[in-house]
Amino acid sequence: MKYMLLIYHNPAGFEALSEDERGAVMEDADTIVNELTESGELLGGEGLADPSNTKTVKVRDGVPAITDGPYLEAKEHLVGYCLIECESVERAIDIATRWPDARYWAVEVRPLMHQAGTEM
Amino acid sequence: MRTDARVEDLLRRLAPQVLGVLVRRYGQFDASEDAVQEALLAAAVGWPEDGVPENPRGWLITVADRRMTDQLRSEQARRRREDRVAAQVPADGSVAPAPGDEERAEHDDTLALLFLCCHPALAAASQIALTLRAVGGLTTSEIASAFLVPEATMAQRIRRAKQRIKATAIPFGMPAEPDRADRLRVVLHVLYLIFNEGYSASSGPDLQRGDLTREAIRLTRAVHRLLPDDGEVAGLLALMLLTDARRAARTRPDGALVPLAEQDRDRWNRDSIREGIELVTAALSRAPLGPYQVQAAIAAVHAEAEHADDTDWAQIVALYQVLERLSPNPVITLNHAVAVAMVRGPRAGLDMLETLDGDDRVARHHRLEAVRAHLLEMAGDHAAALVSYRTAARRTTSLPERRYLETRAARLAK
Repeated sequence: MKYMLLIYHNPAGFEALSEDERGAVMEDADTIVNELTESGELLGGEGLADPSNTKTVKVRDGVPAITDGPYLEAKEHLVGYCLIECESVERAIDIATRWPDARYWAVEVRPLMHQAGTEM
Repeated sequence: MRTDARVEDLLRRLAPQVLGVLVRRYGQFDASEDAVQEALLAAAVGWPEDGVPENPRGWLITVADRRMTDQLRSEQARRRREDRVAAQVPADGSVAPAPGDEERAEHDDTLALLFLCCHPALAAASQIALTLRAVGGLTTSEIASAFLVPEATMAQRIRRAKQRIKATAIPFGMPAEPDRADRLRVVLHVLYLIFNEGYSASSGPDLQRGDLTREAIRLTRAVHRLLPDDGEVAGLLALMLLTDARRAARTRPDGALVPLAEQDRDRWNRDSIREGIELVTAALSRAPLGPYQVQAAIAAVHAEAEHADDTDWAQIVALYQVLERLSPNPVITLNHAVAVAMVRGPRAGLDMLETLDGDDRVARHHRLEAVRAHLLEMAGDHAAALVSYRTAARRTTSLPERRYLETRAARLAK
């Protein structure tokens, strides 16, 4: 099964961490990415720029409206994602549990939709 | 890259034979496998242009052998022992196969390679990838695109599987007798997974995934040729053929799923059905009974019905009872409940589903709710059916299934 790990983060909270803690967040994420690459479970992943760089696009009655800033304002925001394929949801949860941002904020484990289907 | 279908078929058939020869010569699976892939690539590029050599198998062995000796030379050079190795390697690198031995062994090689690639020490994803590459002769990029993962990810899975074979010193050869039956079951399960991966793919952008079904059938056919008396091998091949026979009828041109009862049976592949029925009938009459044979028998009963209404559901119920005894599992109970509903009415099927509500393996599975929805609709309880269709649509991670379930729900909501 393929899963998207959605990594949530709070910049104010991150700043409040000690230097060692901040370093550990970076290092632990690297460690997991290396492990997932080595195991053949990593399909991809990227970090996202700060939400202040967001353009939100809405089209109403064919008219586009573009605004600065995110669609939903929140203290915590999506800071990156990691796309994995693993044998079970338990394994996906295990990876999310070890993702450093989960210690302070949250990581969502979302199954991907696929094109396969069996006749009912 | 491989545009010539005839060359491609030939290469895929020869791939495990050439690999078997090299592994027996050098005893190094991982390096031999790389060498064979390079030889296959050279042939795929060269043959469509220059023509197929008179002895294609010998050509591939010679080229792969040369790559192998080149590689051994450079490795050994690193260890500063060139001179000793050079003496072991024939000057032109084109070693003719030792007569007799290698020819005789070539049939066993395909099986031995399958046992190696499907070794229980490897993760399922690795078993599948390695089987398709080493036995199926597919390239890493072809396997990656069939499984919709980046090529780098698939390459790493193959690399890791090969490392594991090396590290665990998994031997190349037929497993010893007490283990052989269990090991064969793993091989068949891997072939079954490859088949399902292709079969469950719908049309459209995933067309190439359908090649996996063809590949699984080709490999299972090869195993059946090597072990003609094994009932479960025959059963699995029959199950694949009978299931694949419905391919053209099971999706609409836009990719929407067509349930079995609504399929246009004129579009079923009669040749596959005939072959599948012959295989399973012969297996049932002489081999010990196994789950693949029973599943094939169920598929055969469906295939024999000219119209959905003609289906011999009583026989299907009897077969599910046998299957549940052979390999009890909740998904079988689910299908059994459908058959029971067709014979004794939807309420009897719904009662059976209740036994699954407490089963953690399926209690939250979309298929349980989808079957319940159908049976409730059959029973005329449209309000409850609507709730179940919606729940099932939310739970499935398959786009075509979600679309199908949403359509059923929308029909009842009107």
